[in-house]
Amino acid sequence: MENNFEPKIVAFVCNWCTYAGADLTGTSRIKYATNVRIIRFPCTGRIDYNLLLKAFAQGADGVIVSGCHPNDCHYTSGNFHARRRWIVFKQMMEYMGIDMRRVKFSWVSAAEGAKWADIVNTTVNEIRELGPSQEYLEMSRQGVA
Amino acid sequence: MSRIGVFICHCGENISATVDCEKVAKTLASMPGVAHSVDYKYMCSDPGQSLIRSAIKEKKLTGVVVAACSPRMHEPTFRKACAEARLNPFLCEMANLREHCSWVHAKGDATTDKAIDLVSMLVEKVKRNKPLFPIKVPVTKTALVIGGGIAGIQAALDIANAGQKVVLVEREPSIGGHMSQLSETFPTLDCSQCILTPRMVEVAQNPNITLYTYAEVESLSGFIGNFTARIRKKAKSVDEKLCTGCGECATACPIKKIPSEFNTGLGMRGAIYVPFPQAVPNKPVIDRSRCTYFKSGKCKFCASKCPAQAIRFDQQDEIIEIPIGSVVVTTGFNIKETSFFPEYGYGKYKDVVTGLQFERLLSASGPTLGEVKRPSDGTVPKKIVFVACTGSRDPAKGIEYCSKICCMYTAKHAMLYKHKVHDGDAYVFYMDIRAAGKGYDEFFRRAIEEDHVNYIRGRISRIYERNGKLIVRGADTLLGAQQVEIEADMVVLATAAVANDGAESLAQKLHVSYDAHHFFAEAHPKLRPVETNTAGIFLAGACQSPKDIPETVSQASAAASKVIGLFSNAELTREPIIAVVNRTAPPLFSTCVGCFMCQSACPYHAIEQEEIKTREGKLIKMVAKVNPGLCQGCGTCVAFCRSKSIDLQGYSNEQVYAEVMELLS
Repeated sequence: MENNFEPKIVAFVCNWCTYAGADLTGTSRIKYATNVRIIRFPCTGRIDYNLLLKAFAQGADGVIVSGCHPNDCHYTSGNFHARRRWIVFKQMMEYMGIDMRRVKFSWVSAAEGAKWADIVNTTVNEIRELGPSQEYLEMSRQGVA
Repeated sequence: MSRIGVFICHCGENISATVDCEKVAKTLASMPGVAHSVDYKYMCSDPGQSLIRSAIKEKKLTGVVVAACSPRMHEPTFRKACAEARLNPFLCEMANLREHCSWVHAKGDATTDKAIDLVSMLVEKVKRNKPLFPIKVPVTKTALVIGGGIAGIQAALDIANAGQKVVLVEREPSIGGHMSQLSETFPTLDCSQCILTPRMVEVAQNPNITLYTYAEVESLSGFIGNFTARIRKKAKSVDEKLCTGCGECATACPIKKIPSEFNTGLGMRGAIYVPFPQAVPNKPVIDRSRCTYFKSGKCKFCASKCPAQAIRFDQQDEIIEIPIGSVVVTTGFNIKETSFFPEYGYGKYKDVVTGLQFERLLSASGPTLGEVKRPSDGTVPKKIVFVACTGSRDPAKGIEYCSKICCMYTAKHAMLYKHKVHDGDAYVFYMDIRAAGKGYDEFFRRAIEEDHVNYIRGRISRIYERNGKLIVRGADTLLGAQQVEIEADMVVLATAAVANDGAESLAQKLHVSYDAHHFFAEAHPKLRPVETNTAGIFLAGACQSPKDIPETVSQASAAASKVIGLFSNAELTREPIIAVVNRTAPPLFSTCVGCFMCQSACPYHAIEQEEIKTREGKLIKMVAKVNPGLCQGCGTCVAFCRSKSIDLQGYSNEQVYAEVMELLS
C-alpha cells in the first residue's frame, strides 16, 4: 500500500511572490509532482492557521505555506506576521505530536520558479515516506483536537 | 441555488496536450450547482468570450469559473467579459490549469485529476462570492520620477509636457546619469553630451518639473493615486539660491586628489565640486566625508573665496513629504568593477580598464580631453585588446544573463580607437556578436570591414604583465581553439552590467518585486513591460534589465504615457478586495469585541475605532472600522481577529474554508 501512496498536499500561498513563482515554474516548463493543490491568498498574512488544522482534519497528508521573502512583502509586513504565527503554530503542532515534516513553511519569490518545484518535490517525497497522515485524524476521533 | 458556469480552455494545445479537457468539463458538469460546463480551444479569443457571455444570459448563471491560464494573466479579461453580460465581475474566478498544471506535469490521469480538483475548488469558492463594486478614490496629479539619467529625464519631460506636475529625484549632485559619461553613441556615433545636455537643461527650465538633486527617497506610503513620498534632501552645504555657479570655491579647495566618480577614477576632483562642467544644476556640493573642515574643523577656504557668501557649513539634511499620484522608477544600472575579475589582473594593472572608463578616455570632456592615453604612463597605446562578455553569460561568475550593450559599445570603442590612433591595432575577443537592432549589424560590420578591427572568437583565460606589456592569453575557437597570445598596451573589459547600488533596498521601500540579480521586475514580460506588480509604480530603463539608449528612451516614454493615462482620470476605481468588519442590522451591532489586534497588525493604518451607541446616545462599545480608501486588502487583520468579526472581501473565511473542504472531499 505504501508504495502506491500518493499524498494529498495543500499549498497556501500569497498572490505576489509564491503564486507568481509557481507561474514561473510553469512558464519555464519545470516539471514537478502532481500532488500539490495551490490555494491563492493575497498575502501570507491572510492565512489563518486554523485553515491548516482544517486541512489536516479533512485528511490532508501535508501542507505548504509560502510567501514573499522577509522585507519583500507586497503589503510591507504580512509575511512577518505569518512567520510569527508560524513559530507559535509549530510549537503547538509539535506539542500535539504532529510530525512537522508534514508542514512546510518557505519563502519563494516571483523569480524562484525552480525553487518552487524543488520545494514541492522534496515535500512530496518526504511525506510519501512518512505515509498517510493519521495523528490528527486520530486526535479528532478522540475529541482532543 | 447557485448556477455556476464552468469554461475549460485548451489554450491551443498548451493545456489539452497534458490535461483531458473534455473529461474535466464532463466531470464538472455533474457537480452540484454547476449549470453549464464546456471546453473550448481558445477561451480568451473573441468567440471564446462570447461563449461565456451568451451562456451567462441563456443559462442565467450566478457565477463563472474559467479554467485557463494564470489569473495574473487573464483575470481582468474574463471579468470584463462577465461584466459585459451583466454579471458582476467579482462573480468570476479563474482556475490556473496552464502554469500550475499542464505545463508542469506530464500527460496522465494524475494531471487530469489535479485539473478537476483545481476547477471544483474554484466552483465551491465562486458559489460563495458576493457581488462587489469598485471603490473610487481621488488622484493626486503629481508624478515622482526616481533617478535622473536619460530614462528619468525622458519620462519627466514627457509627463511635464503633457501638462502634469513632476518631482524628479536624483541622488547624485547632477542629473545626466551614465549617458552623460559616454563619448559617442552607437550606431550613429553622435556625441552623447550633445544630444543629452539640451534635454538636461530642458528639465531644469520646465515649470512643471521640480528637481531635487543630491536627494534620495526615504520611504513611500499610500497607494495608486494617493502616495506620500518622503524625500531626504542631503545637505549640499551650499545655499543654492545665492550660488551663481562661478566655480571659485572648487578652485580654492586645497584637496584636489579625490578620484572623480564622473571620470570613473581617471580624473580628480576637490571636496567641494561640480561633477562635470555641463552639470544640471551647475552648483557645487561639499563631500562632507572628504572635506577638511568637516574632518578637522579648520579650513573654510571655499567660504572665504565665495563671492556670493553661499557656503553653509551648518546646513542639515532636510526631509520633505510630497503627495504623489504615481511613480516612475528609473534608477539605472552599474557595471562590475575590474576587481571582480582576478584572472584579468585583479584590478591591479592600471591599463586594464572597464568599458565605462574607456568612454571617459574617448570623451572630449574626459580627463585626457579625448585623446586615447594609457592611465599608467599617458602614452598612446598602439595595440589594444577589447574583451566582450566579461562576466556576462558566465554562470561561474553568477551572471547568467547577457548585458546586451557590450557587443555594440565594444565595436564602437574599437572603431573610435582606430579613428584616433590610425596606426594602432585593435583586437576584440567575443563569444557571439549580438547586434540585433536598427543599423546595428551594419555598424559592427563597419568596424571589421572599414576600420579593420580584428575580431577573434574565443575567450580570455588570463591577463598578466611581462616587460611592461599586458599579455592577453586566449583561444581562437574558429581556428580549432588554437591558443592566441597578444602583447597589448591596454585592455578594455566590457564588464557585466549589474543592478545599481541600493536597488534592493529601494525595491523594498517601494514594495515592488525584483529578480535574483536585483533588477526590478515588470508585471508581465511581454504585455506589461513598464508596469510593476504594485499599481501606480512604473519602470523604465536599465533598472529593469540592461538596455541601450534607444530602448531606454522608448521605455521611458511608455512609462510616461502610462502615468499620463492615469492622470487623465479625475478619480480612480480600485478593486474592492478590502477588509470589512461585520455589522448586523438592526440594531447596528457587531461581533467585534474591540480588542483592536487588527489595528496593530494593519500596515496601512486603515483600521479606525468607531463608537456604537444606543438610540439615546449611550455608548455601548468601541468596534473596529475599516477605512476603504486606505485598506489594500492584504487580510492580515482577518487572520488576527479572535472573534472572526473582520473578513476580507473576495477571500472571505467562508470562501477559503470551502476551497479546503472541496479539495479534500
